[in-house]
Amino acid sequence: MDYTTIIGLEVHVQLLTKSKIFCGCANLFNPDNPNVQTCPVCLGLPGSLPVMNRKAFQLSVKTGLALNCDIASFTKWDRKQYYYPDLPKAYQISQFDLPFSADGWVDIEVPSTGETRRVRLIRAHLEEDAGKNIHDESGRGADSRVDLNRTGTPLLEIVTQPDIRSAEEARIFLEDLRLMLRYLAVSDCEMQEGSLRCDANVNLHVEENGETIPTPIVEIKNLNSFRGVEAAIEHELKKQVKAWQTDPRRMGEVPKTTVGWDANRNATFEQRGKEEAADYRYFPDPDLCPVTITQEEVDEIRSTICELPGVRRTRYVSELGLTPYDAGVIVDQGAEFASYFDEVCVTCGDGKQAANWVTQDVQRELNERKLEIGEFPVSAPVLGAVLKKVVDGELTIKSGREVFATLLSDAGDGTRISAERIDAIIADKGLGKEQDTGKIDAVIQAVLDRNAAVAEDVRNGRMQAVGPLIGQVMRELKGADAKDVRQMILDKLQG
Amino acid sequence: MSISELTTAELQSGLQAGTFSAVELTQSYLDAISRREESVGAFLTVCGESALSQAAAVDARRQSGEQLGTLAGIPVALKDNICTAGTKTTCASRMLENFVPPYDAHIVTRLKAADAVLVGKTNLDEYAMGSSTENSALGKTRNPWDLQRTPGGSSGGSAASVAARLTPLSVGSDTGGSIRQPASFCGVVGMKPTYGRVSRYGLVAFASSLDQIGPFATDVTGAASLLEVLAGHDERDSTSVNRPVPEYSRSVEQPLEGLRVGVVQEHFAEGIDEEVASSIRAAIEVYRSLGAEIVDVALPHSKYGVAVYYLIASSEASSNLARYDGVHYGHRASEFENMVDMYAASRAEGFGDEVKRRIMLGVYALSEGYSDQYYLKALKVRRLIRNDFDAAFKNVDVIAGPTCPTPAFKIGELVDDPLQMYLADVYTISANLAGIPGISVPAGFSPAGLPIGLQLLAAPFEEEKLLRAARMFERETDFHTKVPQF
Repeated sequence: MDYTTIIGLEVHVQLLTKSKIFCGCANLFNPDNPNVQTCPVCLGLPGSLPVMNRKAFQLSVKTGLALNCDIASFTKWDRKQYYYPDLPKAYQISQFDLPFSADGWVDIEVPSTGETRRVRLIRAHLEEDAGKNIHDESGRGADSRVDLNRTGTPLLEIVTQPDIRSAEEARIFLEDLRLMLRYLAVSDCEMQEGSLRCDANVNLHVEENGETIPTPIVEIKNLNSFRGVEAAIEHELKKQVKAWQTDPRRMGEVPKTTVGWDANRNATFEQRGKEEAADYRYFPDPDLCPVTITQEEVDEIRSTICELPGVRRTRYVSELGLTPYDAGVIVDQGAEFASYFDEVCVTCGDGKQAANWVTQDVQRELNERKLEIGEFPVSAPVLGAVLKKVVDGELTIKSGREVFATLLSDAGDGTRISAERIDAIIADKGLGKEQDTGKIDAVIQAVLDRNAAVAEDVRNGRMQAVGPLIGQVMRELKGADAKDVRQMILDKLQG
Repeated sequence: MSISELTTAELQSGLQAGTFSAVELTQSYLDAISRREESVGAFLTVCGESALSQAAAVDARRQSGEQLGTLAGIPVALKDNICTAGTKTTCASRMLENFVPPYDAHIVTRLKAADAVLVGKTNLDEYAMGSSTENSALGKTRNPWDLQRTPGGSSGGSAASVAARLTPLSVGSDTGGSIRQPASFCGVVGMKPTYGRVSRYGLVAFASSLDQIGPFATDVTGAASLLEVLAGHDERDSTSVNRPVPEYSRSVEQPLEGLRVGVVQEHFAEGIDEEVASSIRAAIEVYRSLGAEIVDVALPHSKYGVAVYYLIASSEASSNLARYDGVHYGHRASEFENMVDMYAASRAEGFGDEVKRRIMLGVYALSEGYSDQYYLKALKVRRLIRNDFDAAFKNVDVIAGPTCPTPAFKIGELVDDPLQMYLADVYTISANLAGIPGISVPAGFSPAGLPIGLQLLAAPFEEEKLLRAARMFERETDFHTKVPQF
């Protein structure tokens, strides 16, 4: 059986605004104190009216631009009408036929195939999130409760074309999307908290007797982890392949089904179809004015977009000579980390050196101290200054590490330290690279004189004997470069 | 003459001169309420104690020489679809019979800032849907001129309150004529401002794109004073327009030079009572005698107004009223099987027939496959109706005509004939669809002694012109000085 996997995603992203989309209530994840971030507007009380949060719209446009979407100069709000206890107005303010953005794309790199996949985006529109129903799960049938803290959180819905060809691609798309949204600082994208949510539409295109037959689409709802996305789609695909082999059905022969994902049982379960018969009776919301945006305003928002992960990764490889792996490690840590790296790199003038230190020394310290890069006591200019001395040959790498460690222990209480400390540490500890070859030569001669037998071994070609000699020299000359010392010893003995 | 028969301006100067105190004035209106309210039924809630304490506060502040608001000490009644913090706001519906809003509507905040005395909440057709106040689930309001007749609607309680001199001023809302039609039936002045002139924040929505709050008064000057307080930008209403509010009460006495009055001949065609037609013709002659130019204007699409209105208003209402589902507030059925059943039972019990009729009409008009031919088509015709007015107001300052085709009808006369009831709004609806301001002023009495109203319409945001034109007519006539005796 020859078939192609067809996947389209609908992604919901909560925007990081201070207040909700249509009222002044705080936009915060606060599940432990239900119904405290509410007002007449988000409670849908009689007589209340929505007012659009400009910031939410700006963040949306920013995201639309980063997703390569066209931004509509005219967009409006529509009411999507349905009854549910978490929806106090019995309609959701959303965008129906004129979304603020459409026709975008995202390119993803797929390691297993080594290919780049372009995932086209149908649209991205802005809407208000609903509240949360909390049902009694004890089975004793107690009343359900409704928490409206989340009601009115600005929510961006991003809809892809069915361009995704595997569960792995779906996961990568989502991971890349999350990274991009975090770079843009438009969302924190915490899947556990529901600020990034995903529905997947999955079916197969079966090739049979020269014909391409689409199978019925299954929608998997509310996937709330990256692993869940991959596992649920994988599971659903297997099910569909088996279904085709036992009881082949074409798209349209059975209604679209909606399933949920049970991560504990690793299985999908059928949900009651509220979708199928739904007529949302969309119509323009008469309480809100349409939104117009000029090219100048779009350009202004575009100018606030930072260098995005994909572009950054490419630049690190092609301009700084980093390996794709190192570039990926740096970019994946987030915009702040990558900017730290950039600054270290500019200060010391050596991308590879900067990458080594940032991905190894800095990351190790961050992990050990459980710090974010913004809290790291050795700032980028300070680390850059240390590395500049290494790059310029004034400091050995080993001494550089000692300076770094000393800076960190100086900053024990977390206070930031300045570049002035570097020279003091070098002087205190005598870490400056010994440049006086006469002095080095004298020390080497003294060591050789004391260890005549070992020297003789080396002279006879027993190269492993050179190590202890270097060690003795280095103990006397802290700032010397071990490589230089080794060469000088060999020159003396073999030259 | 008792205090309660004075005009707003006379009350204001009496208070300023110290002829009577705000407490005396308020007490005299509360006395009128206790004498006549039982026959009229204008109110759903009377807040006597709090009214007296507001009045006492005004007196105290006046005593200490404080600067007071423009309506200081003047009693005002509010239609019971305008939210008042801590006071029930029922919309005359079982659904909200016990609903107490936690917040004040914008206009309530403004009235308080103007030091008005809020006397109570007036009856209406349930959720403002109706033309007779008979659709109220919570009370019956009678026309003070003939207690067997309706006061009109939906702001019937507010109109009757002013007509019976239970308050000198009141506030209503007008979605298709709900201020002007009861003003006409009750022989008082009632005005619907331009859409966006008054904030709708806190007005329980019926049809969001048509609803507008406006004043009732015994005379044009009183309406001007009240509008001055109600009007103005409010950030909480995105459809509220940010432009300055003229001092209507100052300019209202100035006659307009070179006034051009438009007349629509179709208004005098079939369906209009002859007694109404002759009063309105006489009113137009008053303008002619004042030197105004009378110009024929055409509003060719107005004949579609009623159909367009019932599609748009019902569509929006079906959505606006969906929130009353028994989950968060309002009436919840006591017996139900499951969630969907709870919705159905709560709504079936909570809403009256007319509300259900309009919700069903609206749901149908917005349904997939039908919204193109009903809702969207109605929006297009609405645009054409507005275009007619834009063209007409290039040639005239105001359009004059009847407010309603007939004087007040009898209670029960039309309850089984909703279509005939809808036609009571035939002259008023177009102003809501076009978003323009309109006013109804007393212009005569039928042989049976029932008031007849003259409607004047003007271009958007020409409230000042409208009030001045209305005052020119009022000054020449004495219909507004008549008080119903019962």
